[in-house]
Amino acid sequence: MSVAAKSVAITADTMIAMRGVNKWYGTYQVLTDINLAVRASEKIVLCGPSGSGKSTLIRCINALESYQKGEIVVDGVHLGSQGKAVDAVRREVGMVFQQFNLFPHMTVLENCTLAPIRSRGIPRPAAEETARRLLDRVKILNQADKYPAQLSGGQQQRAAIARALCMEPKVMLFDEPTSALDPEMVKEVLDTMIGLATDGMTMICVTHEMGFARQVADRVIFMAEGRIVEEAEPEIFFKAPQHERTKKFLGEILPHH
Amino acid sequence: MDKNQFLFLLSGLKWTLALSAIGFALGSVAGLGVALARTSGRRWLERGAAAYIALFQGTPLLMQLFVVYYGLALAGLKLDPWVSVSIGFTLHAGAFLGEIWRGSIEAVPRGQVEAAKALSLGYLDRMKDVVLPQAIRISLPATIGFLVQLIKGTSLAAIIGFTELMRAGTIVSNQNFKPLLVLGLVCALYFALCWPLSLYGAWLERRLVTAAR
Repeated sequence: MSVAAKSVAITADTMIAMRGVNKWYGTYQVLTDINLAVRASEKIVLCGPSGSGKSTLIRCINALESYQKGEIVVDGVHLGSQGKAVDAVRREVGMVFQQFNLFPHMTVLENCTLAPIRSRGIPRPAAEETARRLLDRVKILNQADKYPAQLSGGQQQRAAIARALCMEPKVMLFDEPTSALDPEMVKEVLDTMIGLATDGMTMICVTHEMGFARQVADRVIFMAEGRIVEEAEPEIFFKAPQHERTKKFLGEILPHH
Repeated sequence: MDKNQFLFLLSGLKWTLALSAIGFALGSVAGLGVALARTSGRRWLERGAAAYIALFQGTPLLMQLFVVYYGLALAGLKLDPWVSVSIGFTLHAGAFLGEIWRGSIEAVPRGQVEAAKALSLGYLDRMKDVVLPQAIRISLPATIGFLVQLIKGTSLAAIIGFTELMRAGTIVSNQNFKPLLVLGLVCALYFALCWPLSLYGAWLERRLVTAAR
């Protein structure tokens, strides 16, 4: 089905291309020679031990992190140092964080309409209509006028997903979206993400939810020590991992057969 | 103490209030600028703001008033006493409020700024809609604490001849030779201004702590 993008060839439907991306914190190298191409509506699951650089990698895509070497192109826009390119990319790339990061002094609805009004210049009534439609889609429309602190963790994360969707992004980045949740709330967030995947959203998910990876990923990418070690379709990735590090990692996180 | 002397004290109180209000209002504008410069991530702005804060936090308020009042006059800049005293208090309040608000801006969790950036909100929108509303809440107890200091600090303007509450008290007690009564009354007036503010600040702080739980 999907082709491992060894050479990162750019085709017409390439949504994200990373070529030779390297990043250092001082002398410590966090990303080494990252090459990755993601096609429109492709779903990627990124996994790996903590400190392997997977969060840093996706945070480079919307310029929350800088990188020192290499190139990132998102939907045809070269993510250079100029602010305009950064703004353009961020308008098209939504992000969901581990800690939700909802704005606590605004209602859920205000959280959802702020960026469309300020950044896309959408009139408030239209922004609110979109927000209500998307809150309905993540099944928390009845919470629209509450403040984040009044919601459960799972509801907050679904509100955060709706907030990102209100910008009508072409790509969604998920940075360990279920890691801060109580176990009984993981499913409602994963179901929301599965729904999004079914609708054809381009997604890169940093997650350890391997059931989710099996179900929706086109490719699973395994990282360790800042490098992409292995990438494969989920079937192959879980049944026949090639590298020792991958086998060891899967042995640690998967229930033993 | 006769009625006229009491009314004279009240007119002094009026100038104390006016000076505090001007110092606080203009100082807030200056302080906001300083706090934003201090958190801008631009090295020169940050250093400039830090130097300004260090200078005004590290020297006595009385000295600052002297320099603005006499120093500028010696330098050939003849200013109305009102204007020079207002400039003095504005610069003073700007430094302290700037430092209080810098701390509050930095106390807003990093994830808030990151979420705003990820939503492609620009710097002004991030500050205005996301960071400052949260920072102001965090800063309220300390800000009110500084306002109390500022109100009491306006008494130093008496030394350069500005007839606020403190100087009005000195004048009256020199007339009626009842310093204990007059200055006691002056103290009571300051206390009546400052104590409710302190109580309000403490109440806000308790409410913030419970809200954070």
